[in-house]
Amino acid sequence: MTNTGSTDVLIIGSGFGGAIPAYRLAAGGARVTVLERGPWLTAEDFDHDFKFGSASTRGFEFTMGNGMNVLGGNCVGGGSVVYFAAMPRAPRFTFERQGSLGRRMWPQAITREVLDPWYDMVAESLPITRQDWDDVTFSGGLFAAACDHAGRTANPVPAAIDTNRCTNCNWMMSGCRFDAKRSLLLNYLPAAVRHGAEIRPLHEVQHISRTPDGGYRVHFNTVDEVDYRVVTGSGVIDAKIVIVAAGAAASPVILQRSEETLGAMPAAVGRYFSGNGERLNTAVVDEHRVRDLLGLSRADGKAYEAYQIGKGPVAASWDRLDGDLPEFSRHSLEQLYFPPGFGTILAQVPDATGPTWFGTEKKDLLRRWQSWLTIFIMSEDDNEGVFGPPPETGNADRISQQMLSRGTLSYQPTANTRAGWDRADADVREILERDGLARVMPWSDEVIGAYTVHPLSSCRIGDDGLTSALDDTHELRDHPGIFVTDGSSVPGGLTVNPAFTIAALAERAVPGIVEAATARGVPVRYVDTPPGNAVSSRRPLAIAAR
Amino acid sequence: MQPGADQLDFAQKMTLEAFADTIIPGERRTPDDRAVAGAAEGGGAVACGAVELMISEEGGLGGMLDSLAAGLDDHAKVYADRTGRLLDDTVPAFVALSFADRTALAAELMAKGHPEQDMWVALAMFSVMAWDTGAHMHTADAIAAGHPGLTAMGYAAPDADGLWRFGDYSYHRVLARRHPHTTASGDPR
Repeated sequence: MTNTGSTDVLIIGSGFGGAIPAYRLAAGGARVTVLERGPWLTAEDFDHDFKFGSASTRGFEFTMGNGMNVLGGNCVGGGSVVYFAAMPRAPRFTFERQGSLGRRMWPQAITREVLDPWYDMVAESLPITRQDWDDVTFSGGLFAAACDHAGRTANPVPAAIDTNRCTNCNWMMSGCRFDAKRSLLLNYLPAAVRHGAEIRPLHEVQHISRTPDGGYRVHFNTVDEVDYRVVTGSGVIDAKIVIVAAGAAASPVILQRSEETLGAMPAAVGRYFSGNGERLNTAVVDEHRVRDLLGLSRADGKAYEAYQIGKGPVAASWDRLDGDLPEFSRHSLEQLYFPPGFGTILAQVPDATGPTWFGTEKKDLLRRWQSWLTIFIMSEDDNEGVFGPPPETGNADRISQQMLSRGTLSYQPTANTRAGWDRADADVREILERDGLARVMPWSDEVIGAYTVHPLSSCRIGDDGLTSALDDTHELRDHPGIFVTDGSSVPGGLTVNPAFTIAALAERAVPGIVEAATARGVPVRYVDTPPGNAVSSRRPLAIAAR
Repeated sequence: MQPGADQLDFAQKMTLEAFADTIIPGERRTPDDRAVAGAAEGGGAVACGAVELMISEEGGLGGMLDSLAAGLDDHAKVYADRTGRLLDDTVPAFVALSFADRTALAAELMAKGHPEQDMWVALAMFSVMAWDTGAHMHTADAIAAGHPGLTAMGYAAPDADGLWRFGDYSYHRVLARRHPHTTASGDPR
């Protein structure tokens, strides 16, 4: 089956980078089509279930690479459906980062001050709310109290969560059953549809070519709704403007594959990938010391034993987000929940006499799972990721029906990156091992290499054509009318969760895209009104008995 | 999609069980259990359905399990030759290794730089997931059935409708000073 069509603006991907321009351009009068390779799931689909084939595998993609593994969204709404909704703004100094370039990585046109109004716009639209101590879960509270005990500060993390609807079930990585997490399914995407945008799930874009009239033709396969390895058809859609927002692990691959038809790509396409300097440490706390040292106890008499309870990361240490510190030594630490499966395999046994990540001692560590506290490091890496030649289809070769694939990303951490991780690991130990509160080990990087849930920078903005694929309007160099607005456009690691910054950059890019569309004869104007609220659920559901 | 998934013979299944038991060890199912070495108390990966998960159509490993089992036994024979171990030839070679030797061999196969590291790590991932998620079953059913891994972890049971809700989730106290440069919106400066 081949199908053809045409539209004004074709958007590849429906995460933050796709949904935001989809809404604003549709509201402004453009015909908008969004192609999303994953399924369109709503609240009813977000079952609380680890079974293969449930939402926990349908909406995810775990792409294994050589030295770097990427966990990302694979559904309508993209990362916003599976993310933890922690939404801090990037600190001022990150925009001044030089990395190993010896000059500013970000375009001169962008600073935190410049981005703040765009952050405000996203904060209003999702919305994002400042969290208080009543919102901080046991695990976040434990981390905050440990920071305080170590003479450090700790902050509740701003989040895109409606705490009145949240049940603290900690299943949010499989989507939110209660529509409490403010994903794009609740704001930008329904608003885009209301304004006539067409969203087509299970459409995986393969490459882009040119049309004789100076526009673009986007070539896609459709994939089976259960077994994503099965191609069920193919087609093309012609458009005047193309926005690539397939995520930092896929956007550069689509552009690489398009070189044959579009001509040479900028050298920075598929290079300078950053894993946001991410790394995890798992602590096992001594419950007696939680009570005696920190004075913590729950209503049911337990001191902690609450790893399972919560809503992802809610408390962070920002003491090392200090612009006076040298680059590669700044990081944030965030308490995090990672569900079993992915969240346990790489955790290492402290003082192991045998293997650190499997075997009898690992089983003993797992038995104490409710006393775990996972700390998420976001540091400054060296943009050392490089994509190899694209696979036959998609961004990776799929292994399982869903979720598991092998891609071409290669990442060999430099001394700068490793030193940053070592400093952050030491910082975690300094806080959590003080006075015997806990034993801490970083996750093993010997088994699969590094990993990230926040892939960035593989097609980045900048002022220099050699080290950035996009100019500061997010337009692809030498290919006018193609824009990239997802995490791949962010120049480097941010030391905090990047979703808010990706969204703010996408908002900032929209007026320029409107201008480019207008120049190509698309009747569209810029609309700055918020998208309004919707529900993804098809039926109401009891939230909590609290 | 899965040629061979339902064609595992008894010996191949034993070998895969012995590998899964090396990753998350458990108690023997019967006194004469050979695949499970009995190196730990309580059910291990095998009792949690590791082989069921490996052969599941969704997982995508089914088509290669026969060669993975053969590979493990081949590596076990080489290991035994190298270390001077005599293997009982009434069971597959990997099964014939002691738990300590299975562990040492598994560590070699999954070490950074081993040419087959990816393959054995994938098999280990399925073994761990069987124990701590029971991903071949609905989670609520697994918990109700006393799934050994989820039970040992203390994984709380869901409400009657199969969904989790925690009404008691916070210490409801100020637990630290905020960073002095926190902005009015609660962000870093």
